Order: sequence, then structure tokens, then C-alpha cells
Amino acid sequence: MSYDQARWRRDDAPVYEPLLHEKGERTVRPADRDVPLPDELVRDELTLPGVSEPELARHYTRLSQMTYGVDSGPYPLGSCTMKYNPKHTERIAALPDALVHPDRPDEHRQGVLEIYVRLQEYLARIGGMADVTLQPPAGAAGEFTGIRIAAAYHADNGDDDRDEILVTDTAHGTNFASAALAGYDVVELPSGEDGRVNLEALRAAASPRTAALMLTNPNTLGLFEREIEPIASIVHDVGGLLYYDGANLNALLGRARPGDMGFDLMHYNVHKTFATPHGGGGPGAGPVGVCERLVPYLPAPHVRRDGDVVETYAPPNTIGKVHGYEGNWLVLLKAFAYIERLGDAGLLDTSAMAVLNANYLGTTVDLEIPYEPYHHEFVASAGDRDAAELAKRMLDYGVHPPTTKWPDIVSEALMTEPTESERQATLDQLARAFNAAAADDDETVAAAPHRTSARRIDQVAAARDVRLSWQALTGE
Amino acid sequence: MSDEVPDELRYLESHEWIRVDDAAGTVGITAFAQDELGDVVFVELPNVGDTVAQEDQFGVIESIKAVSDLYAPVSGTITAINENLFDQPELVNDDPYGDGWMIELELADASELDALLDASAYAEQIA
Repeated sequence: MSYDQARWRRDDAPVYEPLLHEKGERTVRPADRDVPLPDELVRDELTLPGVSEPELARHYTRLSQMTYGVDSGPYPLGSCTMKYNPKHTERIAALPDALVHPDRPDEHRQGVLEIYVRLQEYLARIGGMADVTLQPPAGAAGEFTGIRIAAAYHADNGDDDRDEILVTDTAHGTNFASAALAGYDVVELPSGEDGRVNLEALRAAASPRTAALMLTNPNTLGLFEREIEPIASIVHDVGGLLYYDGANLNALLGRARPGDMGFDLMHYNVHKTFATPHGGGGPGAGPVGVCERLVPYLPAPHVRRDGDVVETYAPPNTIGKVHGYEGNWLVLLKAFAYIERLGDAGLLDTSAMAVLNANYLGTTVDLEIPYEPYHHEFVASAGDRDAAELAKRMLDYGVHPPTTKWPDIVSEALMTEPTESERQATLDQLARAFNAAAADDDETVAAAPHRTSARRIDQVAAARDVRLSWQALTGE
Repeated sequence: MSDEVPDELRYLESHEWIRVDDAAGTVGITAFAQDELGDVVFVELPNVGDTVAQEDQFGVIESIKAVSDLYAPVSGTITAINENLFDQPELVNDDPYGDGWMIELELADASELDALLDASAYAEQIA
């Protein structure tokens, strides 16, 4: 590692920020120990990062400056609902009182269980469901849990021929993956010309082999599925279940309930709708709500009231465990604190502002938006430009770009969801970024971003040489 | 390069080629197809001993732009797969008619070749 012309270099390549031990190392010799260890596990010397406190502070400050988060500016990643994570909920989760070991007996952790059961009740009320499990550790894990519940239900009814899950062509990729992982064949339904479920295509696909239809509403184009009642009837008439992908629940929060639309089960993305951190892979939470006839299949342990106390138990036909204990406690606590803080009125404001913000931004962006009227998000088309390149150019204007190139039914898609967190001035800033990028010349756009810490990263190498775990430098 | 269509090969409309030597066939995708896909990052191939029918899917190819199914030009039994593609999928881009081959198979019915496009018909399709 060398420092040359105001830039760190590793071998001959520039590095944005070295690893800590590349900045400095020190060797320590552990004191004699009394702990008996096998010889091959004993080291006489340990090489650790050796830097001064200012170097350490600068290292982490530099890393935080090189990235971009919702605390840096607007983050309108469509379908991801990158709403602001209130510091209020972080503070509550950081309270010493929140540190309760899950192995303590139920009677020693009544406070935790009370919060769980209340969160279950809140989510059930919000979704129009009979009961909710908090156990799944992510949205996709919630989908998998929901589909396993559907499978257990069909198996209990002797319905062994159901081997298909129907998914629309605008559905989140996780729907296809969760259905396949749960052992089903996936049947993709082409959307109608209006971007919604095509009832004819659904009728043709629905059969006694249909285990479930997975649907999000509003869909990923931000369009409300107006024909949800006929859709529910078609699926129910063949004995299938209707699964609600809660990714877009923010648009409906407090205003319409999946359970009232005929959905039998659903998941909630607490990192979207209830403002917990997205977490970059975890820990997260993806609670699953079910209608009355599916309650016996919920994962164990489940939490319920029994008179004045709250207890854990195993539902009679449980699909088993999908994660440790009752779920990721501190994430669920933040979701609980968010709901408590906002209350009914605040939750109603959330969906209203989310839809208003998307519609305001949509009218101020100079790009075509083929499908309307949209709710919490819209999908603009970059037209004859490359959506990914236009998005990279938006980085130069100081904002995070929208989701790109998906869903496929909009050419060069820019899927945009500003969320309720932003005020008008910030939405105007976003619109200027869209419009300025769209007006820039091809050469500038093709080489963008010009002003970020890292410019074009090697996407091909990243995809071809996937590294899914940390790997040490060899130090040679 | 991207419009190269070797005369000695036969083609499917879905851009697979087959080179036939007696009852053995070698299959890959065309220069045009790899160019349209862009940088290939992953190739999924069948197992040796699997059988495929003409125009059945035998594998999947993924580039940074798209994921596409791979179709068998003829029916047969897989006798070899190009395992180099697992570590070096870029061979499909670099040498689509050579080192970027995907499967070898033993033809079940040589008359199926008659249904395939010849070089001039395929060249016309991609023109």
C-alpha cells in the first residue's frame, strides 16, 4: 500500500480507502493463559490493525462519505420504499431494557411478549388478517413461509395435485423464487394492456393444479388492481389461495386491507411500510398474516394471550420453525415503536403523503409515464436512452436514482418511489435531477457518474466472480 | 465478428448452432447471439447422459443484460459438456464457435437436421 498523488494505491491500482490494517499494523504477544487449548489453535503472535485514534475516526468517516443512504438525501428506489428510519425508533431499540435474552422463560419476559402480541394485533388489523407470525426474518422469507403454509393447508385437505403457483409478469422477482424454493412450478401471467392482471389469462391459467396466486396491490407499476374481487373469485373457485405480496402496502396503509379484498395470506415488509432499516441483508423481519383457516399452520413458537398473561405455544398444524425464537426482536420493536408513534391518524397520513408525493413528482418529471393513474410509485420510460446510464448520471446531481430496467413491460424503466418522507423542495430537487440528466448529451451520460467517489464499477467482473463472503488479502 | 455465420454449421431460429460429425453434434450459440446478450456471466448446462428432444431447453445462459433459455437443435443424448464455461463464461463471448461450445450430443435422428436453417437462411434472419 502506498500513498501517491493524494490517492492510496494497492499495487498499481488506486484504492478509495485502504483496509484498516493496510494503514498500519502492530504485533501483539498474548500474555500467558491458563486456558488449555490444542497446540494448533495457539498463536504466539497476533497481527492487528495499528492506527491512531484520528486515523481510525477518519477511516470510518471516509467510508460513510463514500456511500449514500437515506440520511444523505432522497432515495426513490421503486418498490423498495426507502423511507426515512426515525431516530426515535432507534433510540427505543437501544434502551438497556430491550436487552432480554430469548431463552428466559415466558413469565420473565412478559414485556417482550406483550409487545409481540400487540404488534401481531396491529398488523392483523392493518392487513385484515386473523393472525400474524412475526418469525420470518425478511420479506422473501415471509413469502417462503406463506407458501409453505399454503402447501401444508392443501396437503391437509388431501389436495396433493396442486403443484403450480401463478405469478404476474410485473411481480417482484422474489415471488418466482419463493414459489420455486417451496417446490412449486411457477406459471407467469402476462399483464393486460392496461398493465393490470388480465382476467382472461388468469381464467385460462387457474386450474385444480393452482395452489395460489401471488399478487401485489398496487402492482409494481403503482396501479391498483381494480378487478381484485373477480381475481379473488377466479382463484378461490378453483380451490387456490390468494397471496398478497406486502411490498407495496405503503400505498394502502390504513385505507384498504388485503383481507377485505379476498386475500387469504400476506407478508408485511417492516423495512418498507414500518420504517425499520433495510439492513443490507439482515437482520430484518417479514411477518406473515393469515386468514382464520390458516391460523393452525403458523410457525412455532407463536405468541398469544391467555387471560392476563402472554405465552408462546406451537400451533396444532404448525409448519415448524422458519427462524430463531419468535423473530428478530429489535427490528420488530422498531416497527412496533413506529406504529405506536404514528397511531391511526399518522398511518393514514403516511399512505396519503406517499401517494401524493409520487404523483407530484410524476407530474414534474419530463419523461413518459406509460401507465396511469399510479399510487405510491410510477414507472417512467427513459425512451431511447439507456435507463441504467441515465440513473448513473442522476448520481452526479446528488440524488440516489430510481430502480432501473424493471418491470420489463415498460421499456427502459425508471421505477420511482419517493415515499412520504420527502417534502416538496426535495421532490423538486429529484425532478431537476431527472430532467437535467435526461437533457444531458449522450457522451456525458455514457461516462457518468463523474462526481462520485467510485465511478463505473466493473459489473461484469462482479457478476462473473461472485464473492459471497469476506476474503482476507494474502498480504503478499 | 458479430455477424460471422460459418457455412458448415446448421442453426436454430433461437440462435443455437450445431456442428455435426457423423452421429456426434457440438452445440453452442452464434456470434450474433453472444453480441446481443452482451457479457456472459453464467452458463447452466445439463448432465452427461441426459437426453433432450429437438427444440427442448437444455440449459440457461445469463448475461449482465438478460437470462435466456438454451434450446437443443436436435434430439439426442448428452455425451460431453464444456465445464470450462463454469469458470470462464466469457469464452462464449470470445470464441462462440470454438472454445465457447456448450454441449456435445449423440444424435438420435439425423433427419432432424433437415429442419434446421443453413448458414444463408440464418444470415438472412439476423440481417
